[in-house]
Amino acid sequence: MRRLAQTLAKRALQAKSRASSSSSAAAAPCLTHTPSSTTTKAPAMSPNSPQEANGSKRNLSSSIVWSPPITVDNINPQVLACEYAVRGEIVAHAERLQHKLLHNPSTLPFNELIYCNIGNPQSLGQQPITFFREVAALCDYPGLLDKDETHGIFSSDSIARAEKIINSIPGRATGAYSHSKGVKALRATIAEGIERRDGYPSDPEDIFLTDGASPGVHMMMQLTIRNQQDGIMCPIPQYPLYSASIALHDGTLVPYYLDESTGWGLDVSELKSRLQAATAAGINVRALVVINPGNPTGQVLSEQNQQSIVQFCKDENLLLLADEVYQENVYVDNKKFTSFKKIARSMGYTEKDFSLVSFHSISKGYYGECGRRGGYMEVTGLDSEVKDQIYKVASVNLCSNISGQIMMSLVMNPPKVGDESFELYTNERDGILSSLGRRAKMLAEALNKLEGVTCNEAEGAMYLFPRIELPEGAIKAAKAAGMVPDTFYCRRLLDATGIVVVPGSGFRQVPGTWHFRITILPPEDKMPSIITKLSTFHERFMQEFQP
Amino acid sequence: MAPKKVLAPDTINGNIKKMVYAVRGELYIRASELQKQGKKIIFTNVGNPHALGQKPLTFSRQVIALCQAPFLMDDPNADIFFPADAIARAKQYLSYTSGGLGAYSDSRGLPGIRKDVADFLMRRDGYPSDPELIFLTDGASKGVAQLLNLLIRDEKDGVLCPIPQYPLYSATIQLVGGTLVPYYLSEEAGWGLDVQDLKRQVVEARMKGITVRGLVFINPGNPTGQCLSEANLRELIQFCHEEHIVMLADEVYQLNIYQDERPFVSAKKVMMDMGPPYSREVELVSFHTVSKGFWGECGQRGAYLELTNIHPKTVDELYKVASIALSPNVPGQIFVGLMVNPPKPGEISYPRYSEESKAILESLRRRARIMTDGFNSCRNITCNFTEGAMYSFPKIKLPQAAIAAAKQTGKAPDVFYCLKLLEATGISTVPGSGFGQKEGTFHLRTTILPSEDQMPEVMRLFKNFNDNFMSQYEGPSGALSKL
Repeated sequence: MRRLAQTLAKRALQAKSRASSSSSAAAAPCLTHTPSSTTTKAPAMSPNSPQEANGSKRNLSSSIVWSPPITVDNINPQVLACEYAVRGEIVAHAERLQHKLLHNPSTLPFNELIYCNIGNPQSLGQQPITFFREVAALCDYPGLLDKDETHGIFSSDSIARAEKIINSIPGRATGAYSHSKGVKALRATIAEGIERRDGYPSDPEDIFLTDGASPGVHMMMQLTIRNQQDGIMCPIPQYPLYSASIALHDGTLVPYYLDESTGWGLDVSELKSRLQAATAAGINVRALVVINPGNPTGQVLSEQNQQSIVQFCKDENLLLLADEVYQENVYVDNKKFTSFKKIARSMGYTEKDFSLVSFHSISKGYYGECGRRGGYMEVTGLDSEVKDQIYKVASVNLCSNISGQIMMSLVMNPPKVGDESFELYTNERDGILSSLGRRAKMLAEALNKLEGVTCNEAEGAMYLFPRIELPEGAIKAAKAAGMVPDTFYCRRLLDATGIVVVPGSGFRQVPGTWHFRITILPPEDKMPSIITKLSTFHERFMQEFQP
Repeated sequence: MAPKKVLAPDTINGNIKKMVYAVRGELYIRASELQKQGKKIIFTNVGNPHALGQKPLTFSRQVIALCQAPFLMDDPNADIFFPADAIARAKQYLSYTSGGLGAYSDSRGLPGIRKDVADFLMRRDGYPSDPELIFLTDGASKGVAQLLNLLIRDEKDGVLCPIPQYPLYSATIQLVGGTLVPYYLSEEAGWGLDVQDLKRQVVEARMKGITVRGLVFINPGNPTGQCLSEANLRELIQFCHEEHIVMLADEVYQLNIYQDERPFVSAKKVMMDMGPPYSREVELVSFHTVSKGFWGECGQRGAYLELTNIHPKTVDELYKVASIALSPNVPGQIFVGLMVNPPKPGEISYPRYSEESKAILESLRRRARIMTDGFNSCRNITCNFTEGAMYSFPKIKLPQAAIAAAKQTGKAPDVFYCLKLLEATGISTVPGSGFGQKEGTFHLRTTILPSEDQMPEVMRLFKNFNDNFMSQYEGPSGALSKL
């Protein structure tokens, strides 16, 4: 209690003295609710009115329309400022169309919506890995393990694995909160998986299991950003989780541009000049985000490129935040995924002299278990006091969900040669990955055939990010409709075909260029018809707006 | 020498450093160390029933296993493992999803589950509930954090919290950079909530330049275990209406009631019963979870919040924030579905469900009684009865010598006491200072969750320790403190 009182007293002192009582609020003039015209920052608090103007008419005549004290004009401005296009305007429109499809299908030119806006493979029919689900079911209902008949239905290695996992959880309690970093034995399994992958040691105490990778990213942003002067370097185009999280935590995004002409290459001289510019503008750049394989851009970094990025972070004393959630999604023979940890260690950097946080997830890869919200971050090269602070923040949320934790441990330790499930597992995995590779190729080829469209191949991840040269007429029409030109294009595409994609502006792009992101996830047999729809739409669109 | 780290302890976000979270604080860390050394630890620091041996309800685990591995439903032997109603239920839940447990859902949760929640609220309260205003979350803590982040703009925004309080609130308010405005529950009045005190605190806070925007209340109370009366809730609603304050109703213990005089009543029902203007104007957010009750499914991280009278555009903003996290975990959502719609009389699984859930609740009721009585039989300890929730929060009158000894070790007196208790008995509790307590009083929080057969031994260990402690610092029993 003493601490609370102290905090309160301190804050009260810090606060500028303002006359503020409920009566002054009640006497404030009555305003009707007017939605904020700005979409970025809410107006600053009026120094004379502790209650916000439009919420202050409560004690006046009851005939006046009431408006609540908490409105969109006076909520946390950081919440207003953040944007998340993957589920933004176009998706909201898709939901309306979905509704229409259900109740009034004859009014639409298509009979289904094709969600290519989000990397959500199982919602588009991808099947889960059988072994993973067997283990999950057994862990959730351990009663099955006591029955002889179970051996007839479940593979022997799934039974053994489930038993091992349940026995490693204190009290065999899969319904209990775990350690806030995650069940210790599962962290150990994950650390061993990282060691097998990289050939360098990994400490289970550095692993923080999270509900998907996103909460880990938020935690690191929250930890790193103290105020608006703190900057985080992010690739442009970027996955909007980063811009949204930086906005939520009131920091500054320092962009660096990927070079579309070299297959979305990441050029260290670009990093340097952007860093210098930010520093000159008074920004204290603290961390660099790299997404490898890239989202939305799909490139896989070369080891050489990764080395120079590590060296850059080392030279500039930046924390490297490595989004490596697509590490299993590589579709070209001449590239392979290498973790930043392996690169840093192979360059001789260690826990003592290089700060790196690597994020991974069960939502992508060949497993695509998005709905379970499993993920981890490996935090290396930070002071133990800082790791303790991360642990403290994790502990406020108690723990991540156990089902997701278990799945993460399975992803990092799948069946091995000799296990009963190995063959099935391998077939399922390879089937999914090779099909994704074919789909990526098919779609990129089709897009490159379209007039005014160029598209780098997807070396990895789950997306294509084609560039569209929009005719002047289309840009004008977009403006007239009050839309960003690429949003206008995506909206027209949606209305005409039911295909849901995300406008490039949601990921940011070189000003004056227009893109959209499309996932490669629709089932392979549907791909040709999707390509036809897309191509037909595009031709008509271009015809309509060409001079 | 290695260069200074980017993220050195003195260059991380100050709000994180300031934040204190006692439930997994110093005592918990020490207990974990002792456990590593091989000492038997009785963890009563977190309301984590399954960790202390409570068994999950069979029906819910059958349904979730079927959702995990839908191929089981096609197996000709499925009926050996699963009753027909579990299979039917799993099919129903899978039909709510676009791709089973493995697909992101709507960021607010599966529409089908949200509708089930709304139906449950209608049955519980007798008032309609809108599925569009229900958000499923990864545990109630996530929802609380999202709400507070929305509400708090800067350190001049204040949120009223009960003292003692569940430290999720103080921690989250610190994390998002707001100000906690305390109001005190009255221990003498069974941890009653005094609206006069609330009013005083609001006036005082405003004089300091704080805009009070929210009020948290926990019913049944954590750590205090009291159940609010309907009259008390009415006063609270009137107060929030008058003062233009958003109500955050932590109702996660609504199934954990251990007395019959004051059954649980939701804030929403009371508000709706009061009629306009309250029913239309008071902004209310209520939280519920699968972690408590007789479910105790903490590890699933399943919960929901319901928004009432919140501005539609603000609801949109909350949706946007939820969408950045993509979706709450789907297995947890299904547990929410099971909680709000358990087996009904006449269904195959009903007798078992009913038997299992009743056994847990009745045992908790007996344990609440054993614990309160046990504490009250101890020297220098008084303890209000645990009317609800999962905790006892006894007051310990510490002798001056103990307070002085604590000071010497640089610890708060109740931390000192709890550490000694831990070292002597292996009982891991949380000191009252982690929840806030009236200046000069000392408490500890323990859960009532040790198994019933373990309980007498736990209380015997405790009493022995306390006797020795009091003798050491105060002399033999019958001395000053009993005067």
